[in-house]
Amino acid sequence: MNPRKYLKVYSKFLHTSLASELEYKTNILIDLITAILSLIGSIFLLSIFFQNNGSIGNWKFEEALIIQGIYTILNGITNTWFNPNLSEIVKHIREGTLDFVLLKPIDSQFFISFKKLNPSGFLEIMIGVCLLLFSIRINQIILNLNFLILSLITLICSICILYSLWFFISTTTIWFVKTWNATEVLRSFLYIGRFPLNSFSFSIRIFFSVFIPIAFITTIPSEVFLGISQLWQILLTVIVAIIFLVTSRKFWLFALRFYSSASS
Amino acid sequence: MISNLINRKIFTLLKVQYSNMLEYRVEIALWAISGIIPFFMLNIWTSNGLNESIKISDIMLSRYFVSAFFVRQFSVVWVVFSFEEDSLMGKLSPYLIQPINPFFRYFAQHIAEQITRFPFALIIAIFFFVFNPESIWIPNLDILFLSIISTFLSFLIQFLIQSIVACLCFWTEKASSIERLLFIPTLFLSGLLAPVASFPEYVKSWIFLTPFPYLIDFPANLLSGNETNISGGFSMQIIWILLLFPVFRKIWSAGTKKYTAMGS
Repeated sequence: MNPRKYLKVYSKFLHTSLASELEYKTNILIDLITAILSLIGSIFLLSIFFQNNGSIGNWKFEEALIIQGIYTILNGITNTWFNPNLSEIVKHIREGTLDFVLLKPIDSQFFISFKKLNPSGFLEIMIGVCLLLFSIRINQIILNLNFLILSLITLICSICILYSLWFFISTTTIWFVKTWNATEVLRSFLYIGRFPLNSFSFSIRIFFSVFIPIAFITTIPSEVFLGISQLWQILLTVIVAIIFLVTSRKFWLFALRFYSSASS
Repeated sequence: MISNLINRKIFTLLKVQYSNMLEYRVEIALWAISGIIPFFMLNIWTSNGLNESIKISDIMLSRYFVSAFFVRQFSVVWVVFSFEEDSLMGKLSPYLIQPINPFFRYFAQHIAEQITRFPFALIIAIFFFVFNPESIWIPNLDILFLSIISTFLSFLIQFLIQSIVACLCFWTEKASSIERLLFIPTLFLSGLLAPVASFPEYVKSWIFLTPFPYLIDFPANLLSGNETNISGGFSMQIIWILLLFPVFRKIWSAGTKKYTAMGS
């Protein structure tokens, strides 16, 4: 592992994928409108939930906006990095081009996870950050160093968990070849992340904190923002993130042993 | 004679596509699972007692969302994605020579997929009913018949809209991002996430003029036995189909004139 080499390679990746994506400029504009509309849609849905109720699952409307902000940021990250790269794995495996990736003198997981980049996701991240800043203001959250560090840690953990989930599902392609639809299942489950976990019934809450840890992805960072999270929750998030990262790495190396190229 | 010929063509197409779809049972099962969002939404509504304010009982609301799940399952359209791939890869050229509009092929593909999907959708619904036995209901035959027709009409509307978007491929190459944009209002306004009855007044005043509530809300209300305007719903569905069909014909004939096969 030579960090400088990887940084250099990554800057090349950035350059090539930005150059190719900027060919489709109108696409980026349409994606931006899509991101804005989908945020308006979710806030509309939230406002329906709150129109006759002061709170759902002990979350007020203003507090639920924080979750929306974090969800939008994470969704932007998914659209920028995870989605364009990991859907490529399916193609690599079906067409047998994974051979070329494995032959390169660079870590295959790194290559597969960061090769591409979709710049329209950046705009979604920015929309999310704006919403987050707005909700910090209306919730009168006092910013201090302690808070900033904790929220940064939990957000990074969320990103790691999200990445591992995507990578995990994409890796299963090695056995099933066409897992394009499995990512759709994950996507629809992640949709739950738009709402506070407390607003669901107990059994669903258990499912989404143990099996698919969506609770850790959006609810816990939002609780950190509100200053109502316990220290053990933050520690647990860190541990879960590490477990997910390590397992997804191990799983990839394990799966590669079963890779038998195409047409051979 | 002519209608007989068309019938035979469509029947053959259907048979071919059905056997094709049976190959991809796992994928279709996953597609079916990715449509379970209505159940999560139901969970939010009932766990927080949000439905009291819109005067729909828990049981009626759960029937509504089960119906919405079914309607969605049988009105999912992805023609734009298939068409975009075919037109980018140049596969469209041989289809254009055949003495039948290529969209019949996609149409048959969708119908065949729905037939394959049916058992999986049923299994998911049975799972739901096992945990919520009080929401089981048996609609009488004419209601069932009417709701199947209205679901099919909803499928037709979406198929026409997406075919129109797909024809934009002749001009822009990447029409799927326009489809993703159009999907957002469909998601939030069709009644998949919240029944239209719960929408605030300022939305209800214009929404019934758009095609959206007739995609999910109307068929689902019909099937679940919730209050709805049957004749009004059907006439709006038919009006939208009559409006969209000539648009599709026009854009199709303009597009095929513009078509230059890839690599020529």
